[in-house]
Amino acid sequence: MTAVTDTRKAGRWLYVASVGLLCAWVIIPLYFLLINTLSSPETVNSFPKPFIPEFDLGSLQFFAGFQGMLVALKNSVVVAVLTMIISISIGAPAGYALSRFDFRGKEVFRLLILLTRAFPLPLLALPLAVLFIRTGLDDTAVGLALVHTTLAIPFAVLITFSLFSGIPIELEEAAWTLGCTRFTAFTKVVLPLILPGIAASAIFAFVISWNEVFAAAVLTIENRTLPAFLLQTLAESPMHLKFAGGFILVVPALIFIFAVRKYLFAMWGIANR
Amino acid sequence: MNARLLPYLLILPVTLFLCVFFLYPFILVAQQAFSNGGEASLQNFRDVIGYWKFPISLRNTFLLAIIVVPIQLALSLLMATMVSKMKKGRDLVLYVWTIPLGISDLAAGIIWLAIFEQSGFLNSMLAGVGAVDAPVNFLSYQNTFIVFLAIMLAEIWRATAIMLVIIVAGIGLIPKEYYEAAEVFGASPWKRFVKITLPLLRPSLQTALILRVVLAFEVFAVVAALGGTLFPVLMGEIYSYQFDLQNGGNAAALALIVLGISLAFTLIILRALRVPKGATI
Repeated sequence: MTAVTDTRKAGRWLYVASVGLLCAWVIIPLYFLLINTLSSPETVNSFPKPFIPEFDLGSLQFFAGFQGMLVALKNSVVVAVLTMIISISIGAPAGYALSRFDFRGKEVFRLLILLTRAFPLPLLALPLAVLFIRTGLDDTAVGLALVHTTLAIPFAVLITFSLFSGIPIELEEAAWTLGCTRFTAFTKVVLPLILPGIAASAIFAFVISWNEVFAAAVLTIENRTLPAFLLQTLAESPMHLKFAGGFILVVPALIFIFAVRKYLFAMWGIANR
Repeated sequence: MNARLLPYLLILPVTLFLCVFFLYPFILVAQQAFSNGGEASLQNFRDVIGYWKFPISLRNTFLLAIIVVPIQLALSLLMATMVSKMKKGRDLVLYVWTIPLGISDLAAGIIWLAIFEQSGFLNSMLAGVGAVDAPVNFLSYQNTFIVFLAIMLAEIWRATAIMLVIIVAGIGLIPKEYYEAAEVFGASPWKRFVKITLPLLRPSLQTALILRVVLAFEVFAVVAALGGTLFPVLMGEIYSYQFDLQNGGNAAALALIVLGISLAFTLIILRALRVPKGATI
């Protein structure tokens, strides 16, 4: 009897330990980046490294003062917000159509949307670079946002599809019988219910654009986004600049995962069906 | 409004958008790749394949994908099963494990650079325990294996989360009754995993593997941050064709090759993990 409880206890310990270990595996590298960001440039380039941050804002100040860095940060935000707006405003109607209507070609459409993810999409930035020069969209936030939208759109459609599917059509039908048109039923009944979910998928689109580096580096020259700027200066920039830049890139990610954690799993579950 | 036309009207914007920004550029890439000085030719492909860096970058990209993806699959399956039995703290653990999902490949490369660079944390730790006297320059051409290891770890660290999310969501869709029935018949946890979880998880595994494999062939910024030119990969070569060599034709040809590899793997995964017709959960 004691042997059984012993092995069970050992198993329990092993389980808790491996969960802890895997959490540490994720957090410790992030912690190292934090130490480097909150250290003075001298400490970042010294050896050996301290394992506790000294809370010196020198590196971040250097980052803020570096030629072009704040502009790149602003560009990143502008492109990401544009991507968010475009992808939700054209993706959400399609998600609604998929969840509410049976129409011919629905399955084909859904498959095509999924299949766009099977292409290395940043590659398509190469021909678009030429095309954009002809149309005057080159090196603009709008041009890059359009390319980032192709990356975000499959997610926008599939996530809004699963969100709308989660709202019973009976609610809408009840609104119709009470005198609403299709449109007012949508704005008065469905929209308030769906808004947090839409916000979550909008944040998802924001982060996809925020993180994208290849297309951004190909399509922008003067108006670089932060990842493109960091990539371009990777070879010559000092260590503390890289770490501060990396940290600024990571912060929205932490907030994003926290904000959408409720929706993260729901949206993938239905998208797979 | 006509209810028959409404759904088509609603999907019209996406369809138009994808035609202009997905289909059209795709045709342009193909055109550019297959033409040389205005006429159709395979010269671009011959140039690209004949270049001395091509076999190396192809080998590196494949090697990375072949090692990283199975480890990520195993790790995410393990994490998902661990989470599925968890009673306390499930949300917190899942939050921590999915953090890398939002982190870009460039940032991940920079994070692991903080560990592997010459005055980085690995060297500090090794010096702390007295394993080395002076900091070792890990990311140099003398230590190509460590460069590879650092890139591999960064990739595993960063991109396991996307598979984890898809698999956790997929496990959530499997009805609990199957497990209860299996338990009644005395199936061990391992048997339940192999006979219930894995087969019923096929659609999720499909999605997860396709996404992951396509992204694995797109590996670029992690390598740029950690290896620079020490570890050439296909995507990095495309970048240097476009910028350093200013050769759009060659860049397009190599892009098509990457596209072909990604599509081939997508088809293999779809075929290998196909769900039998009519079988649903």
